[in-house]
Amino acid sequence: MENLIALLIAAPLLGAALLLTGGRRLDSVGHWIGTLLSATSFVFGVILFADLLGKDAEHRTLTQHLYTWVPVESFQADVTFRLDQLSMTFVLLITGVGSLIHLYSVGYMEHDERRRRFFGYLNLFLAAMLLLVLADNYLLLYVGWEGVGLASYLLIGFWQHKPSAATAAKKAFLVNRVGDMGLSIAIMLMFTTFGTFAFGPVLGSVGDASEGKLTAIGLMLLLAACGKSAQVPLQSWLGDAMEGPTPVSALIHAATMVTAGVYLIVRSGAIFNAAPDAQLVVTVVGAVTLLFGAIVGCAKDDIKKALAGSTMSQIGYMILAAGLGPIGYVFAIMHLVTHGFFKAGLFLGAGSVMHGMNDEVDMRKYGGLRTYMPITFVTFGLGYLAIIGFPFLSGFYSKDAIIEAAFAKGGTQGWILGGVALLGAAITAFYMTRVMLMTFFGEKRWQPDENGNEPHPHESPSVMTIPMIVLAVGSVGAGFFFHLGDRFLNWLEPVTGHEEGNSPVGAGAITAATLVLLVVGAGIAYLQYGRKPVPVTAPRGSLLARAARRDLLQDDFNHVVLVRGGEHLTRSLVYVDHTLVDGVVNGTAASFGGLSGRLRRLQNGFARSYAVSMFGGAALLVAATLLMRAV
Amino acid sequence: MSTAAVHSLWTTASDPIAKIGAPKIEYGQLSPTLIVVGAAVVGVLVEAFVPRKSRYYAQVFVAVVALCAAFAAVVALAADGYGTTKARIAAMGAIAVDGPALFLQGTILLAGLVALFTFAERRLDPAAHGNRVDSFAAQAASVPGSDSEKAAVKAGFTTTEVFPLLLFAIAGMLIFPAANDLLTLFVALEVFSLPLYLMCALARRKRLMSQEAAVKYFLLGAFASAFTLFGIALLYGYAGSVSYGTIAQVVEGTIPNVDPALADTMGNDALLLIGAALVVMGLLFKVGAIPFHMWTPDVYQGAPTPVTGFMAAATKVAAFGALLRLLYVILPGLRWDWRPVMWAVAIITMLGGAIVAITQTDIKRLLAYSSIAHAGFILAGVIATSKDGVSSVLFYLAGYSFVTIGAFAVVTLVRDAGGEATHLSKWAGLGRRSPLVAAVFAVFLLAFAGIPLTSGFAGKFAVFKAAAEGGAAPLVVIGVISSAIAAFFYIRVIVLMFFSEPRPEGPTVAVPSPLTMAAIAVGVAVTLVLGVAPQYFLDLASQAGVFVR
Repeated sequence: MENLIALLIAAPLLGAALLLTGGRRLDSVGHWIGTLLSATSFVFGVILFADLLGKDAEHRTLTQHLYTWVPVESFQADVTFRLDQLSMTFVLLITGVGSLIHLYSVGYMEHDERRRRFFGYLNLFLAAMLLLVLADNYLLLYVGWEGVGLASYLLIGFWQHKPSAATAAKKAFLVNRVGDMGLSIAIMLMFTTFGTFAFGPVLGSVGDASEGKLTAIGLMLLLAACGKSAQVPLQSWLGDAMEGPTPVSALIHAATMVTAGVYLIVRSGAIFNAAPDAQLVVTVVGAVTLLFGAIVGCAKDDIKKALAGSTMSQIGYMILAAGLGPIGYVFAIMHLVTHGFFKAGLFLGAGSVMHGMNDEVDMRKYGGLRTYMPITFVTFGLGYLAIIGFPFLSGFYSKDAIIEAAFAKGGTQGWILGGVALLGAAITAFYMTRVMLMTFFGEKRWQPDENGNEPHPHESPSVMTIPMIVLAVGSVGAGFFFHLGDRFLNWLEPVTGHEEGNSPVGAGAITAATLVLLVVGAGIAYLQYGRKPVPVTAPRGSLLARAARRDLLQDDFNHVVLVRGGEHLTRSLVYVDHTLVDGVVNGTAASFGGLSGRLRRLQNGFARSYAVSMFGGAALLVAATLLMRAV
Repeated sequence: MSTAAVHSLWTTASDPIAKIGAPKIEYGQLSPTLIVVGAAVVGVLVEAFVPRKSRYYAQVFVAVVALCAAFAAVVALAADGYGTTKARIAAMGAIAVDGPALFLQGTILLAGLVALFTFAERRLDPAAHGNRVDSFAAQAASVPGSDSEKAAVKAGFTTTEVFPLLLFAIAGMLIFPAANDLLTLFVALEVFSLPLYLMCALARRKRLMSQEAAVKYFLLGAFASAFTLFGIALLYGYAGSVSYGTIAQVVEGTIPNVDPALADTMGNDALLLIGAALVVMGLLFKVGAIPFHMWTPDVYQGAPTPVTGFMAAATKVAAFGALLRLLYVILPGLRWDWRPVMWAVAIITMLGGAIVAITQTDIKRLLAYSSIAHAGFILAGVIATSKDGVSSVLFYLAGYSFVTIGAFAVVTLVRDAGGEATHLSKWAGLGRRSPLVAAVFAVFLLAFAGIPLTSGFAGKFAVFKAAAEGGAAPLVVIGVISSAIAAFFYIRVIVLMFFSEPRPEGPTVAVPSPLTMAAIAVGVAVTLVLGVAPQYFLDLASQAGVFVR
């Protein structure tokens, strides 16, 4: 059974290889090959899942050792996979939701002439993400981590003819590099501390390391997680990443990429548990991002960017939960899975709307679409209800659990974190209701574009709606299914550990407060966007709204602090480099070059002088050998 | 000299004729070599009896079948345990059948097969008078520029003799690393050298340069052979035998009975040291170590490129194999005498090859100096004098030979009106014009430079590791410095290909037949597989790392 693990990764990898090297002859079938191989991987995942379920909870870890890449003493670069409950959860999410997104893309990308290449990249993305969650050591995880970075770069910039897309791809890649640096430093620190980077030995011997080192490792891991999961301060790439085709957004936001950071923190739980300071920083990052994303989401008129803000905020919830330690790990992952369903559904719904609206993304030019696109409306609506935490839908269970856990942190910290999480729930209700109302309700506001083409909103083909329906079912039922009999908790606990928190506030009170805030948030949105007609051009708005539209000035901040500061730093470095380093390097190079030129003259082309050199060499050889004996 | 000192060989006639037993030959264990020799003889017959038109196909067929069959025989022997537990000395003590021999023979056969593909390429040169031609002269015996040459070209002649010559060379190379006595060693040396000298002279274009290269190679090769032979004579004088095993025993002093005919010389250490140094010198000449390297750039440049690729790869494998056996079987007792000298040779070879390569302007000469530097790196592994040293050298040779053949195969593709465009300036901007070819060549260059995830890294790492563990840490430091110098000129070619403006009158990249494509593809595949997952092959080399004695 273990041998199936490599096949999980091999299937999409094969797809990527076939599609990217196969050339035009695969154009007509490429998308189906990609979808089929992704689905194959899902089937392998289900088989392995069934196998794991058949075992005791304690024996649900499978490992497969493929080979060792150049073993050097204790530096064992093993290519080993580890499948336990945590990675299994991710595998099913990645391949399941990923396959649905593949299927959807068959319709969405139908008119794109580079569709084959697009599917190749999608498969590459899946393979890299699977490698990331299946690795048994941090080094191999890093390979997957970088692979995800590469695939996201290729996909975000897929429409490279648009300068904005090319820039967005570069931005995502560069911001991610900052996080990657954190991961590589963390891995080096681990190697110097523990002498290995395999999960088992590292996480098992946490007790031997000093807290200072563990805090350093934890903070570096957090930096890495911030990059991939778009957490403050490395959040700026996420909004721009919307330049990619919509299925890519769905894939990045729901099943892959942004979940990688949460995975990393939960997987490294043992390190964070032993480094409370690092843990506190994790919760702070989560809480700040949670509000940051929610506020940005409130102000955006671009439907995808509004959803992107929402993703940032929801991942903030997960990071917050992961920072809470054993009381939060399980809920972080549970919210990750339910979020995977409804966020994928929402993005695919948004894509479906755009598909029917000539790729218009401004919600102010939508309105009243529910009658034109009934299936999209219903599936999007269910996703909406799930994300705001409507009772008994997916988000209700997973988000409530996180809010409770935040309160259970205890003390002032608990109150602050819990309060922020509650506030976030209210804002979530506000911005999601806003999206819903502006898109599907009210008057139709679309107009012919400058070429006189009026959009004719229509329902998308069934190849696109079927994945949306499946995801809607998940959005509705997954939370309840996981909650029933604490299924998810029991499943994941052996890996992540779990402690019941002692919340100073009763669970009932928290749920009630959440529901009240939900109604308040949705109500305000209704008053603002449901009762009054939505203006086609955005009003000037308050200072906060204007700042939020500019992503709370994240880019201005980055520009002033990082870009300017960086320019000054590079200028001074360039000066040092030119005068000092280049002097040494060029000097060395010149001396070798000169030596080379002189030695070269010995090679004069005459066989006689070659023979002399051989004779001299032989004489020296003999003389030296005899001399060695003599001394 | 007293009459008693006359060697007993001369006196046997006066004795009653002793019954001479028929020598025992283990045909099965010698089958890889026998198959190749047999096929070479068949190739000669093909030249004699098959009509000119079908010779090419017949020759290619014979050669491919022979090399595949011989490789199958090697694999069968290895699978039978001859590489490990059943290792033995066959053919009355002349040939060793053991792990290193089989590993190197397998490498030589595969490298030979891939080289054969490049030999058989007939699409690169524009068709002469409607006849498809390969890289070899229409008629080797015609004087360059003469009427008879023109007539031969017009008639569409091709030198199909290269195929049997290639097979003879391979046969010699198969024996070379397996030779277990000095005479067999010398015979093998000549068997593979003579066809190489000939093949070097056979270029279709720039024939004068090709012939000059061949003459130089022949003269210097003969010179080196003379040294070797002299060394063999001295070693015989020292030990009274040419067999490796016996010499080793004399060195260790485990054979007390002195042959009365050689009483004056036997056990004289001066003979041993001088003799060993001279034999080693002959082998260092073949691997192209400094100061016996002078032939390398001229010959690599002048020889037809497929021949250069083959020579650079297979000769190195065979010669290092023989050097390993010589040093590990005969001379372990003399380790403290030869190691410092070999240190010096390795150091100047690594540094010298890398430094002189910097100012080269011709791609073939550049690769020649690169091969010299690589010889130095491999010597570092040889000096380790440990089992790891042997296996690391075996691994290095396997990886290196395919990269080399692939790289020279790429060189055959870049052409202008005068044939191959080997001047580096013409390679500027190649990456813009033919991204795939340039990318493949870049992979080979990175492998030469020893960048991770290529076979070059794994190989270099293995030899340096073995050398460091064998107490040669300073050698490793110099090796790494040389690698850094070498990386400069490899990367410079990559920069030239990808970041320079293409020249308007630059060369074109010819579309080869599947043969050359296969050779290049194998090169890339081996480079990447040995780079990404070297462990299996390292294990294989490690199993094969013990010499039979």
